[in-house]
Amino acid sequence: MKLLFTKWTTIAKQSIDRAAIVAKFLCLLHVTNTYIFSPTLVYGPSMLPTLNLTGDVVLSEYISHRLGKVVPGDVVLIQSPENPRKMITKRVLAMEGEVVSFLVDPSRSDRSRTVVVPKGHVWIQGDNIYASNDSRNFGPIPYGLIQGKVWCRVWPLDGFGSL
Amino acid sequence: MGLQNAVLNGFKKSLVFGLVGVTVTDRYAGVCSIRGSSMSPTFNPSPGSFADDYVFLEKFCLDKYKFSHGDVVVFSNPINYKERCVKRIVAMEGDYISDTKGAMKVPEGHCWVEGDNSAFSSDSRIYGPVPLGLIRGRVTHVIWPLERIKKVDRRIPQDRLAF
Repeated sequence: MKLLFTKWTTIAKQSIDRAAIVAKFLCLLHVTNTYIFSPTLVYGPSMLPTLNLTGDVVLSEYISHRLGKVVPGDVVLIQSPENPRKMITKRVLAMEGEVVSFLVDPSRSDRSRTVVVPKGHVWIQGDNIYASNDSRNFGPIPYGLIQGKVWCRVWPLDGFGSL
Repeated sequence: MGLQNAVLNGFKKSLVFGLVGVTVTDRYAGVCSIRGSSMSPTFNPSPGSFADDYVFLEKFCLDKYKFSHGDVVVFSNPINYKERCVKRIVAMEGDYISDTKGAMKVPEGHCWVEGDNSAFSSDSRIYGPVPLGLIRGRVTHVIWPLERIKKVDRRIPQDRLAF
């Protein structure tokens, strides 16, 4: 009877130890994916020809935006201001205080507008201006919505390298 | 030899503790201090006191971004992403808020926040509706000073909504 009890306690102890190792690994994974870098699948037509329509795997890093080192020309991952559960990929065109001139709806007219980006905000646009829902529709977005910067593409292999 | 081992062990243990702590604070719950009197008397009711209130935040709400009227939330300041603000949600997306110029509709994916102490609060009346993606947690309890430990109520201000 006592032997059975010790056997169960050793099994319990071993399983708790193994669960602790898995939990520590998951914490390491979370910290790496949130604060350092992670692979991301991006898809959609708004960043053609830079990113493919059917999906590319890119490596995105999460250090630059925390240090404030995002500059115009960077492709960034953002939480959509229209739906916080959706992540979108666009290019930063202007930082706070800069003036942006853009074509409002290039497939329908030649009308262009000029806007000054307010403090704490950035102006984002997709490379494919004909099929992109970006700052031309929802206005400049707060810098705090930027989640990461796209660093290089790893899949498909023939597009391997920095964007 | 023994000292080197002990230092290495201590280093490993603090690294693991740091990783687990960061993961728990990011995903489940955290504590933060409140500065300023924009939420008096809910937080920091006496303006001259030296000690700030500490509150308990929960982060389970960031999974589905389901917030309701009257929630007190912590979010990144839209004007300056490095700062955090704590305010109460007065109106959600789709509601009409009565403004100086009439009624304004809160856009999709945003919320309208105001401080409980209207006179000293810089909130949505100044910087407009806040995207839900900027929210970093919901305040549930005051945990310091000990004599004011209590649950933070969801007080719904009735006179701000236009319809």
